[in-house]
Amino acid sequence: MSSTTYTPVALPAVQPVRAGVNIAARSAADGASRSGVWVAIFAITMSFAAFTSALFVREGAAVDWTHLVLPPILYANTIVLLLGSATLMAAGRAVNAHVLLDSRVVKTVMGWLIATLALGLLFIAGQYEAWRQLAAQGLFLSTNPNSSFFYVFTGMHILHLLGGIAALVYLVGQLVGSHTTFRRAAFHNTAIYWHFMGVLWLYLLFVLRTKL
Amino acid sequence: MQEASPAQVHVPPTSFLRKHVFSLDHKVIGLQYYGLALAAVTLGMVLSWLMRFHLVWPNAAIPGLNFISKAGAPGGIITPEYYLSLLTMHGTLMVFFVLTNAPFAAFGNYFLPIQIGAEDMAFPRFNMMSFWTTLAAFLVLITAFFIPDGPPISGWTAYAPLSAIGSDAGPGLGWGQTLWAVSIALFCAGSLLGALNFISTTLDLRAKGMTFMRMPICTWAWFITSCIALLAFAVLLPACLLLILDRTAGTSFFIPSGLVVSDRLQPHAGGSPLLWQHLFWFFGHPEVYIAILPSMGIVSHVLMASMRKPLLSAKVIIYSMLSIGFLSWMVWGHHMFVSGMNPFSSLVFSFPTLTITIPATIMTLIWLGSLYGANIRMTAAALFALGFISMFVSGGVSGFFLAQPSIDIYLHATYFVVGHFHMVMGVASIFGVFAGTYFWFGKMTGRMLNETLGKVHFWITFIGTYCIFMPFHYLGLVGNVRRYSTFVDDFMGPLMPLHKFITIAALITGGGQLIFLFNLFHSRFWGKPAPQNPWDGTSLEWSVPSPPPWNNFGDVHPVVYHDSYQYGVKGSKGDYVMQDSPEQVVGG
Repeated sequence: MSSTTYTPVALPAVQPVRAGVNIAARSAADGASRSGVWVAIFAITMSFAAFTSALFVREGAAVDWTHLVLPPILYANTIVLLLGSATLMAAGRAVNAHVLLDSRVVKTVMGWLIATLALGLLFIAGQYEAWRQLAAQGLFLSTNPNSSFFYVFTGMHILHLLGGIAALVYLVGQLVGSHTTFRRAAFHNTAIYWHFMGVLWLYLLFVLRTKL
Repeated sequence: MQEASPAQVHVPPTSFLRKHVFSLDHKVIGLQYYGLALAAVTLGMVLSWLMRFHLVWPNAAIPGLNFISKAGAPGGIITPEYYLSLLTMHGTLMVFFVLTNAPFAAFGNYFLPIQIGAEDMAFPRFNMMSFWTTLAAFLVLITAFFIPDGPPISGWTAYAPLSAIGSDAGPGLGWGQTLWAVSIALFCAGSLLGALNFISTTLDLRAKGMTFMRMPICTWAWFITSCIALLAFAVLLPACLLLILDRTAGTSFFIPSGLVVSDRLQPHAGGSPLLWQHLFWFFGHPEVYIAILPSMGIVSHVLMASMRKPLLSAKVIIYSMLSIGFLSWMVWGHHMFVSGMNPFSSLVFSFPTLTITIPATIMTLIWLGSLYGANIRMTAAALFALGFISMFVSGGVSGFFLAQPSIDIYLHATYFVVGHFHMVMGVASIFGVFAGTYFWFGKMTGRMLNETLGKVHFWITFIGTYCIFMPFHYLGLVGNVRRYSTFVDDFMGPLMPLHKFITIAALITGGGQLIFLFNLFHSRFWGKPAPQNPWDGTSLEWSVPSPPPWNNFGDVHPVVYHDSYQYGVKGSKGDYVMQDSPEQVVGG
């Protein structure tokens, strides 16, 4: 491979009057990352569609289909997850309203982000509790097809939610320490993904409630 | 289009590891995919030799094979079960690690960003992850050869319930099948990341002036393929996960009740083997279009440069590719005509299957019509592009027969099917890869492949693959069943001379590929230095040095003024106008 002399590209002039976190200028990369999130959401939707069709076909062919009573904590978990979307939207309002985030605004944004993170982790803990309640009734992954699908659906959702958790942790990391720029696109992409996790959960809850 | 901010520019690699191993550069990743495909195709071809050898000389010992598998090839003689292992691994390697990797991941990764005028893919880190995930998938798959029980025997299609119940079902279906499922799940993950990259890059990182309709046809092909891949692999991944759960966690997604295998009642209950087939083929049919569409794009691209004239209608080619992509989702049941599903649904699948031949035929007619009256520069790449058309037609025509349920009842699981898919996938698609290799090797490495060796390689491969795969159609019509390791004397005996002919043709054709391998390695180091635009091409990859610098266009952001079909243009300097040339021409 031939090598080209690399001359550093000049950084855009940054003119903070006060110390704080500057919202970075929008770049072509931000556009790509926005479409990337939607493409990923499309793919994840397709895979849950595959799981759903597996459920329909399995039920259609089954002689062993029983009825699964959903642990009521699932409904509480739903509220928790939706609250997490609300706190994330509050953080978003603060991010959108300012071009320069001074320490007060940074604290506000970080507060809402951490609240979202906490609610997300609470959701996961609640889902684990639902699993424990089912196990206490003797319903494990392989007990019957209904329980199999319950664990698979909720497990897959949690797995994808963990991706959202990781993104939130990243965002919090971007606001602490010596960072001086903050990409709005990173925030909004995380928000889109997080809200999608909420919508997905509502859909899964509906399927679990009506089919299992 | 705004100036790239520093957030987009990634720094040039300095360390050896960053430059050649864990590279973020789409060009290096493309070459890594190509190398992986090369390794996979070599192994897959060796497996096919072993199979062909065993078919015609079933009692002959193959020296050394007993060291690879004592149970599978005692004394070097392949057992029937090991034959099934060989064909399973052959199919898996070829369909996944060769036909999805080479035309799509390898060439697409290398050339899509350059052809749209971008510095790199949208997500270079995801790109690197996608390659290493695919490599991990390959290594997991290969491990199956070396475990005591051997590789799985269920075919690349891994039909349930035998693939789902574990080692009771036979040799290789214990750990071997689990390794297969894990490998394919990893492959799905890698492909999803790759498809994500292709789509976002094409949507958002096109250079100024590069509208969608100005993109080269092969860029369109990669873009459409990545859309299909995104949705298809998103279905295979859940299927593999459910299979792994059935195998390891005692669930019963695919295993019915009351199943007795090897005199043992299986503990599972209530599952549907047909569910696996639906999930698998919902992925599996779009997968074959993932295998062929990039080659169609590469061939269109190479043909225009070779004919020195544009195609009759590039727009219609693009719309045809879009139609194929759309229709490919509706036809999966044509793999399941004899599976026991409702015969009425066979009709429902047969109709779009026949419909999908229409855009494919339109594309073929456009290629042929464009060739009429053309003064072709007969390079090795051009030969392979023309050979692609021949193979695509020959292989595609047998599809008309198989698309009809009534005929398929007879032809299903015979060599007719094997001949059909080998010609369209195994030969036509590979010819597209060869055409791309001879066309772009100079750009990728800075040295040209030897043209004479290329032409010799073409003729051996062209004649050889016809000798191998055309007779398969005859064999299928007279009732030769596929996936059998030996044939009984009274029924198949008269066909043995034909099988011997095929085997010898296969060995000779395989030997001919050594010419290609030699050409690759020799030219890499001692080939003629490649000029920037050896073929007088119009697209943006010919506007950068051979090989391109780490950020493709240096510090210059290309501006595009024309589509990539400005060949045979009168009044221009030379007979073509490059996409980034401000030279005004009619109909740019």
